[in-house]
Amino acid sequence: MTQLKVVGDETETDAEARLLSRLAAEEGRGLLRFLTCGSVDDGKSTLIGRLLVDSQQVYDDQLQGARRDARGDSEEIDFSLLVDGLQAEREQGITIDVAYRYFSTPRRKFIVADTPGHVQYTRNMATGASTCDFAVLLVDARNGVLSQTRRHACIVSLLGIKKIAVAVNKMDLIGYDEKRFDEIADDFNAFAAPLGFEDVAFIPLSALKGDNVIAPSAHMQWYHGPTLMGHLETVQVGRAAKAQPFRFTVQWINRPHLDFRGYSGTVSSGAIAVGEEVVIHPSGKRVSIARIVTGDGDLERAEAGEAVTLVFTEEVDVSRGDIIAKPEEDPSNADQVAAKLIWFDEEPMLPGRSYALKCGAQETTATVSSLKHKLNVDNLDHVAGKTLELNEVGACNLSTGRPLTFDPYSSSPETGSFLLIDRLSNLTVAAGMIEFGLRRATNVKWQELSIDKGARSVLKGQKPCVLWFTGLSGSGKSTIANMMEKRLHAMGRHTYVLDGDNVRHGLNKDLGFSDADRVENIRRVAEAARLFVEAGLIVMVAFISPFRSERRMARELFDDGEFLEIFVDTPLELCEQRDPKGLYKKARAGLITNFTGIDSDYEKPEAPDFDLPTRNSTPEELSEKLLTELRRRGII
Amino acid sequence: MKKSLSTYLRQLEAESIHIMREAAAEFDKPVLLYSIGKDSSVLLHLALKAFYPSRPPFPLLHIDTKWKFREMIEFRDREAERLKLDLRVHTNPQGIRDQISPITHGSALHTDIMKTQALKQALGEGGYDAAFGGARRDEEKSRAKERIYSFRNSSHNWDPKRQRPELWRLVNSHMAPGESMRVFPLSNWTELDVWTYIYLEDIPVVPLYFAKERPIVERDGALIMVDDDRLPLNEGETPEMRMVRFRTLGCYPLTGAVESTATTVPEIIEEIVQSRSSERQGRVIDHDQAGSMEKKKQEGYF
Repeated sequence: MTQLKVVGDETETDAEARLLSRLAAEEGRGLLRFLTCGSVDDGKSTLIGRLLVDSQQVYDDQLQGARRDARGDSEEIDFSLLVDGLQAEREQGITIDVAYRYFSTPRRKFIVADTPGHVQYTRNMATGASTCDFAVLLVDARNGVLSQTRRHACIVSLLGIKKIAVAVNKMDLIGYDEKRFDEIADDFNAFAAPLGFEDVAFIPLSALKGDNVIAPSAHMQWYHGPTLMGHLETVQVGRAAKAQPFRFTVQWINRPHLDFRGYSGTVSSGAIAVGEEVVIHPSGKRVSIARIVTGDGDLERAEAGEAVTLVFTEEVDVSRGDIIAKPEEDPSNADQVAAKLIWFDEEPMLPGRSYALKCGAQETTATVSSLKHKLNVDNLDHVAGKTLELNEVGACNLSTGRPLTFDPYSSSPETGSFLLIDRLSNLTVAAGMIEFGLRRATNVKWQELSIDKGARSVLKGQKPCVLWFTGLSGSGKSTIANMMEKRLHAMGRHTYVLDGDNVRHGLNKDLGFSDADRVENIRRVAEAARLFVEAGLIVMVAFISPFRSERRMARELFDDGEFLEIFVDTPLELCEQRDPKGLYKKARAGLITNFTGIDSDYEKPEAPDFDLPTRNSTPEELSEKLLTELRRRGII
Repeated sequence: MKKSLSTYLRQLEAESIHIMREAAAEFDKPVLLYSIGKDSSVLLHLALKAFYPSRPPFPLLHIDTKWKFREMIEFRDREAERLKLDLRVHTNPQGIRDQISPITHGSALHTDIMKTQALKQALGEGGYDAAFGGARRDEEKSRAKERIYSFRNSSHNWDPKRQRPELWRLVNSHMAPGESMRVFPLSNWTELDVWTYIYLEDIPVVPLYFAKERPIVERDGALIMVDDDRLPLNEGETPEMRMVRFRTLGCYPLTGAVESTATTVPEIIEEIVQSRSSERQGRVIDHDQAGSMEKKKQEGYF
């Protein structure tokens, strides 16, 4: 025998023949991706450990490890130690993050996501659930259906999983009581009816003792259904992605030399063949497929799940994120969408704040324009709210920086799902599922005006811009802005001042001082300032504007060089000492809440265009400095 | 019988290709960490397929501890030549200066300086913002918890308690300057999947994976191959020729062989199917203490 065998060698060895016949026998064996979820201590990790050990998927040294980790030489195996892979998990005896396990039986291959039960790790549970087709929801027979059981059932249904098994665990601890089991099933059904599961199987079991996990239990003659493994091996799932309309997301432009231009990506649903006509979205251009290229040679046809490179019959402009579809099977396109959000971050969702949005390979910015309602996961009630806190679920309208090409999540999870990313912390703050596009996007078109900003700017002999003064209450923003306007006015410049207090008397009088309202406050002012800049004015905005992300959002509404962030840098002690409106005194006395600097944060600018330390200067000196800066920048 | 990829392996292959393309499109300067082992061979094979007819739009990086088996280095250079790869090799200069060796300094210090620190240096010097690795979730239980995009702060540390949610196929590549991502396209592959793929795709691997008579000394139950004369023999130790192979490849005094007669890939696969021990059992460094892999990863190890 040689070490490197020749392909297709005539003298096939015995091992090779056995391997090929095993592979042939396994070919029809499908794959089931499922998760285990449920409340903490309901025994999820133990159940997976039991499934792995009983289906002989655990190696001896790993089994030995499960004993050794337990800090004892006990013969009893702690099944959960096989899956709780993080030190912190073993110390606290809980699951923090989702673990993936791979095992197979003669009938099926399985990828199981073991997800955490603690409410603060719900995001990890959702991560595990998003790629699964089936869920095993555990319930401790002693405790019945708990709030966390309901939350997980909700998220499972939200993510589009249609079939689940409710595994009523620890039956051994309640004497294998049939009546209790029936009660739990009734309880769950009463709650879950609106979630729209197609199939819920209730299975009484004991993960620790092994009852009804793989082998039928001798203790529950009253139960006639399948064991959990029996159910996992036979349940029919699948979203039949191949039967859906053709969708292909362009991930990467493949251009090795001038004679080849291809578009690499994955077919997310449907199928395509050489010669067929396709439409590129969002441009709407029509082309035909010339070649379907792979590293193994060209294909005639590609279907859902395949990673290929498409070559078109003619050269057209195609970018990363574009979606290729067939004619008459258009995806939606809108810059306003209705979506469900699951919030993952400790920082709450604030309507109006600008987040990065990633949908397939498309990336743009998005703001939540309204939170329609939150979902109470205990009873599925709709609850009014202004923000989403960690682990809350809400129905929202979002508006995006660029139009999105998408499908509703219910018909195509691949092209209907997105992440929201905080643009400062870079954390993934939410997962979203698009319900539908809001027609408003296509109805409200930007009216092109014949006289533009440039024309007005020339007539006025000035470069329109916004001077954005940020700083604590009492720092001197309004005083300096006012002084600046007087000076500019005297010089014959066209100006306007947007003052925080004044705007709150009109445009923003419906807003309070919560974080959510502060964000909306800034959004409206920034938009108003933008209109004035369009009109050719030099606009001074004097707003506390305490959050970096909103100042950044404001900046992005303007062209380069149009937005000058001016940090009116007055220390809190000094502002409090001045206290021109007596507000600090009231805030300290607890008469005003959410007061910046006292019980609400002020995030200092990291790189303002102009830093104005006020401690040792008069407003006149400060405005003189600013004027010099404006001249230097060619604004006046 | 004819060889062709099973439906399942084709799914795994497509998933890995999708991940590689996504990272290549999103990061400014990715690099493929090439460790010469079987997983790296598969990773490289996938990279060549993913971007075809283009070349992979990133170089390969090998962290050479100077204690790799000779056959590994020969294989590396042969493959680089055969596939015309842009291969860069880095060794921690401090390690060379101080003559760090797993024998005199112990496995923990050697691994830290020659692997973890060396890797950080090479990533920093190359300005790489993403590094592909061949890690699989079935290898070890802290790996089972890792995301496909594994975020590292500017000190290359992994925080297992604050991993970014990764739903559907969507990954978050946003980072601040200095931070980086480890990208694991083989996350969902098992050892058996890797070998079956190697067999069906005829992917070359280091000959050390195949059983052969090799000079071996037995230490604490581990079969250590005497690869060159740098391994000091204890009193009474004489290398004996034993029929062994390596299930996993690392630094030579730290990687134990297993007794085996498997000289072909199908025989290796058969051996794995029947085995009662896990793949990393031969890795001395994993067994310092429970959770030691996790600890090394937090410090920046792959």
